[in-house]
Amino acid sequence: MAAVQDGPMELDTEKETKPEILSDGTSKLSGNAASGTLSSSPLTAGGAPKQEDQQTLIAVLQFLRRNKLSESVEILRREAGLEDQEDSQTLDGSGGGKGDRDGGEANSLLSRVSITSAAAPQSTLTPITVKRANEQLDVSVVLSAYSQQGDPSLYQVYYSGLKNFIESVLDCHRAELSQLFYPLFVHMYLELVYNNHENEAKAFFEKFGGDQECYYQDDLRVLCGLTKKEHLKGNEVLLDFRTSRFVLRISRDSYQLLKRHLQERHNNQIWNIIQEHLYIDIFDGMPRSKSQIDSMSGSFAGEARREVNKVKVFHGLLKEPEIEVPLDDEEDEAENEEGKPKKKKTKKDSMGSKSKKQDPNAPQQNRIPLPELKDSDKLDKIMYMKESTKRIRLGPENLPSICFYSFLNAYQGLTAVDFTDDSSLLAGGFADSTVRIWSVTPKKLRKVKSAGELNLIDKESDDVLERIMDEKTASESKILCGHSGPVYSVSFSPDRNYLLSSSEDGTVRLWSLQTFTCLVGYKGHNYPVWDTHFSPFGYYFVSGGHDRVARLWATDHYQPLRIFAGHLADVTCTRFHPNSNYVATGSTDRTIRLWDVLNGNCVRIFTGHKGPVHSLAFSPNGKFLASGSTDGRVLLWDIGHGLMIGELKGHTDTIYALKFSRDGEILASGSMDNTVRLWDSTKAFDDVETDDFTAATGHIHLPDNSQELLLGTYHSKSTPVTHLHFTRRNLLLAAGGYSSQ
Amino acid sequence: MAEERRQKLCSVILPTESMKAMAESVGVGSLQEDSCLALSEEVSYRIKEIAQDALKFMHHGKRRKLTTGDIDHALKLKNVEPLYGFQSQEFIPFRFASGGGRELHFYEEKEVDLSDIINTPLPRVPLDVSLKVPKEQQKTDSTEPLKAVKPGQEEEGSIQTKGQGASSAEVKGKEKMRMKPRSTHELSVEQQLYYKEITEACVGSCEAKRAVCVCNKCYLFLFQVRVNVVQNNLALLIYLMRMVKALMDNPTLYLEKYLHELIPAVVTCIVSKQLCLRPDVDNHWALRDFAARLMAQSCKTFSTTTNNIQSRITKTFTKALLDDKTQWTTRYGCIAGLAELGHDVIKTLIIPRLSVEGARIKAVMDGPVVSNIDKIGADHVQSLLLKHCASVVAKTRPLPDMVDQYKVDYGYLGTMLCSHVVKARAQAAFQAQTVNRTTLTITQPRPTLSVSQSGLSTSSGSRAPSIIKVPSSLTLMSTRPGTPTQPSPPATKYIVMATSAGAASTQQVITLSSSQSGSPVTSTVPSTPTSLQPLVKLESGNTGAVSGSRPLQKYIVVSLPSSSSSLENKSSSVLPSSTSPISMESAVKLERSESPAANTQSH
Repeated sequence: MAAVQDGPMELDTEKETKPEILSDGTSKLSGNAASGTLSSSPLTAGGAPKQEDQQTLIAVLQFLRRNKLSESVEILRREAGLEDQEDSQTLDGSGGGKGDRDGGEANSLLSRVSITSAAAPQSTLTPITVKRANEQLDVSVVLSAYSQQGDPSLYQVYYSGLKNFIESVLDCHRAELSQLFYPLFVHMYLELVYNNHENEAKAFFEKFGGDQECYYQDDLRVLCGLTKKEHLKGNEVLLDFRTSRFVLRISRDSYQLLKRHLQERHNNQIWNIIQEHLYIDIFDGMPRSKSQIDSMSGSFAGEARREVNKVKVFHGLLKEPEIEVPLDDEEDEAENEEGKPKKKKTKKDSMGSKSKKQDPNAPQQNRIPLPELKDSDKLDKIMYMKESTKRIRLGPENLPSICFYSFLNAYQGLTAVDFTDDSSLLAGGFADSTVRIWSVTPKKLRKVKSAGELNLIDKESDDVLERIMDEKTASESKILCGHSGPVYSVSFSPDRNYLLSSSEDGTVRLWSLQTFTCLVGYKGHNYPVWDTHFSPFGYYFVSGGHDRVARLWATDHYQPLRIFAGHLADVTCTRFHPNSNYVATGSTDRTIRLWDVLNGNCVRIFTGHKGPVHSLAFSPNGKFLASGSTDGRVLLWDIGHGLMIGELKGHTDTIYALKFSRDGEILASGSMDNTVRLWDSTKAFDDVETDDFTAATGHIHLPDNSQELLLGTYHSKSTPVTHLHFTRRNLLLAAGGYSSQ
Repeated sequence: MAEERRQKLCSVILPTESMKAMAESVGVGSLQEDSCLALSEEVSYRIKEIAQDALKFMHHGKRRKLTTGDIDHALKLKNVEPLYGFQSQEFIPFRFASGGGRELHFYEEKEVDLSDIINTPLPRVPLDVSLKVPKEQQKTDSTEPLKAVKPGQEEEGSIQTKGQGASSAEVKGKEKMRMKPRSTHELSVEQQLYYKEITEACVGSCEAKRAVCVCNKCYLFLFQVRVNVVQNNLALLIYLMRMVKALMDNPTLYLEKYLHELIPAVVTCIVSKQLCLRPDVDNHWALRDFAARLMAQSCKTFSTTTNNIQSRITKTFTKALLDDKTQWTTRYGCIAGLAELGHDVIKTLIIPRLSVEGARIKAVMDGPVVSNIDKIGADHVQSLLLKHCASVVAKTRPLPDMVDQYKVDYGYLGTMLCSHVVKARAQAAFQAQTVNRTTLTITQPRPTLSVSQSGLSTSSGSRAPSIIKVPSSLTLMSTRPGTPTQPSPPATKYIVMATSAGAASTQQVITLSSSQSGSPVTSTVPSTPTSLQPLVKLESGNTGAVSGSRPLQKYIVVSLPSSSSSLENKSSSVLPSSTSPISMESAVKLERSESPAANTQSH
């Protein structure tokens, strides 16, 4: 999975950037290749068990000889030689008699070797097995084939043995060791399936499936339907699960305890799985509590490794470009609103000084080449600054007003909404493949005149920009047709000239809001594109879809500039960091990843969600990230430290919309449960920032203060909240399709 | 439980019979049992897989219901040709059939005659997607306080297409027309027919029919109120209330049986949040008052120990009143409803709430940002409270009426209540003893006199018993110069005009002096600094004699502060501190110099 993103990629200039990765299915190919190599060994193992056993016996012999364990070699050879003789006799008789332990001495020996006598070591073989247990670590590499070949009927014994052990250990270790249950369960089940022990697999699942944590339900549902090896082949998600290592974080004490137990009991089957498929991140210090573990677990592939989140992230904001605000204009306004001019001035000053001071956490201004500001952009910036001086300061005592835009008669299904930054336009994506744009100000939407008519216009005139518009086309809404499947997301460019839409048909389309036509169809994702988002500076955009990768594009390139691969399941939502240097993606594998746009590396992995992540929002200062998922919880993350810093419980359904207020004081969340909730984000961030210890160890201890942080819940009658947007003056706009059921 | 379910999930596979049936349907005649089994397992797994993928599409489509479209898309993901055109009118489109020892579920595909389709009239074109922002939300500016959108609110109100007051008028109108049916609660056809029948019968000539109908009317009545409340038709509501009144006044009708229909309707008219389209202009308060009186009347007439109407109604009102979130209109209705129930109710339920309500009113009145409607509401509640409470307080509260004490007891409303109480007492007194009025006026000032002119009071000691009676208004003036300077008209004959705070004391002295009998006059005159005299102009004149024998003198006193330059004596240092006894004395003297005759006359 890392192969795709490894190549050093430099964005030299905008013009020279070339798409590094040409093939659209690269990640898929690599995934398949990986699974192919992996599956080859069990294939042969399963196909000719006898052959395989002999080969491994020889391998063991060689290993023992190399280590000068002549005694063991002799014994083993004697046994093996005996076996060899008998083998020829019994071979035809016992084709698949692996589990048949009474079938003959040879077979029993074989099986014991293969299981490494974990269950019932017989007296004659004790010396060998004990020794082997000691060397288990090294030999495990050679014996990897065995891991798929244990006695299927004994899997339950192993698992329940471990379960009994974990349930009997001290409380402080139990919570940590309980993390082992789920990955072991899945791997053992998959192994059984892999080796065609269908009935054993079913029995195993039925016996232990119910013990698993409730948040793995969805995976278990997938798992339970899967009973054949062929099924496994087609299921990329589970193949990824096998190839990637499930990450656990366990304290040293607990780990030692586990290790000792497994060695004492010679429970090599489990030990092998732990060695092969799990990555145990051992830390020194106190074992974590159940609640601490629960808050971080839930992801498809375990927790994030600690070192993954140690990379420095430049989460500061870029320096605002200096724009001279025409002074006379300002003064005019000051006169208009007498009584407030002083206030304004001071605010203005503070803003100016802020932009001059370089944030130590900010990336270099030219770390990512950004488009030059056009005159119109500067004008817009000025407008923005003017508006922001009139902004209402929000807080727990001063909550924003909420204005709800309901889409009526949206029988075809409203799937996505976006507002422009200045709240003048609204775009809706629909399941009938159309995109509609509304003007929410009195200004109507007009097309640019056709080329022939444009020729007639006097290009020198002052109001040329006004003249190029075709008055006849003025209307309040426009329909954009072009997609051939439901539109799953829409995103306006910051300059309001373009609109992006992504669809089930696998394309991302760029629409012009001057001509209301499609300009480009970006083809790359072969599968539905779930989300797309414009960079805050325009030009770049990111998309993510069912093919489990997120792609970075530039509007003038028809192929992606970067492919962010690493998620184990669909990328459901994508967001640009306010400084445009990073991209956050949320996925069905219940993780959130932060990617560096510069080199395509994954710099943060956030785990803790218990359901697919469906919404993301960066705080305006770039320090924090909020994410919402189908489980109805909002999680808050500190990007700099790579930590979870808050959990907001309250929603009862999927959270599809998250937005910070313009100053970051309020977090608004909108959900399928027809509510908008407001949260005190300042308090949530402050409560945690004081704690240094958590930053050092990475062990968070979340206060359960959702109720204190919840500032308000606002119900709509029957309108799920699809999108939230704060105007520049901090009025909250919400949008959703009215559902009559 | 969960475990069981999952096990089930795990083991659920399609029956092999279905495989056979399906195989037959595609022309494969004989299928081995083994292959059926293998097939069913495989098919079950694939179906589950597709269902799981389809769920993804449902989630991203932001729906709660899985559609056939989702399954189409999931199939497309697997490179399987979707089942185009699979849709059904029913929830479960499958039919069951059995025969030949087999049971089958199948999808019925009817053959449709093409000409039928061609000949059927085109269905109505579905409405286009439109945007809507509720009116009240639209008005919200970021400066206004947050309004919680309650369930249902979103759909009521008129409909508009654009946000932030920006829409063009014709679009608004169109939308309104389109959406109106959705937002109102219409009567069903049966109810409408019934309504028509009843109305005809009532208006008609058949007497027997009418008698029956009048009773039925009550039932209908509830509907009408409900409809009209929703439509905010104030005029009709007033008519309906009048009709109730007429019904109740009719001694030949037995309304007891229909109280359960009547009372909710009346109560609705009392406490409904909104009764008219423009709550800031229309006088729905009168309707509330009227309905409240009706309610009180029906309580009196119909309340028995078994139905407990009064206590139930009281409870309802009190509950709404105690709720912080109650709107002003409802609050007004509750108070009106309670107040009409009698003095005891006011005493026990409203008066203890005065301070709380006062604070609430104050918050609205003095609060910085307030919608006009709230302000009007608060204003009405305030006057209502004062109106009803004053009479009760006047009856129950012992004298004296001290403003400070009122403030302590009743909070914000205390001051106003006090003056109302004084008025009420005076009125009561006026009605009760017109003959004594003169003595009252004379005796009133006496305690104040003792304050300002401590040395002089000895002479008036003999009159003490009569004096004690109504001193409150005067105390009020002496302690608080800023309070309304006019004593309640019937009680005193002096109209005093003050232009400055300090003047209040002056004027007070005048009352004093007038009432004071001539005895101290001589003693005070010499002490007066002459410089003060111009300050106070005293006009004395004869009012119409209330008690014929002794004409009272009416003094109009205009006192001017030192700052106003109209008077020659600006330099006087005493004036700014006119509250001091000196100035008062001066004023007293001043008066006395002119009014000895009056004084002597009155005694």
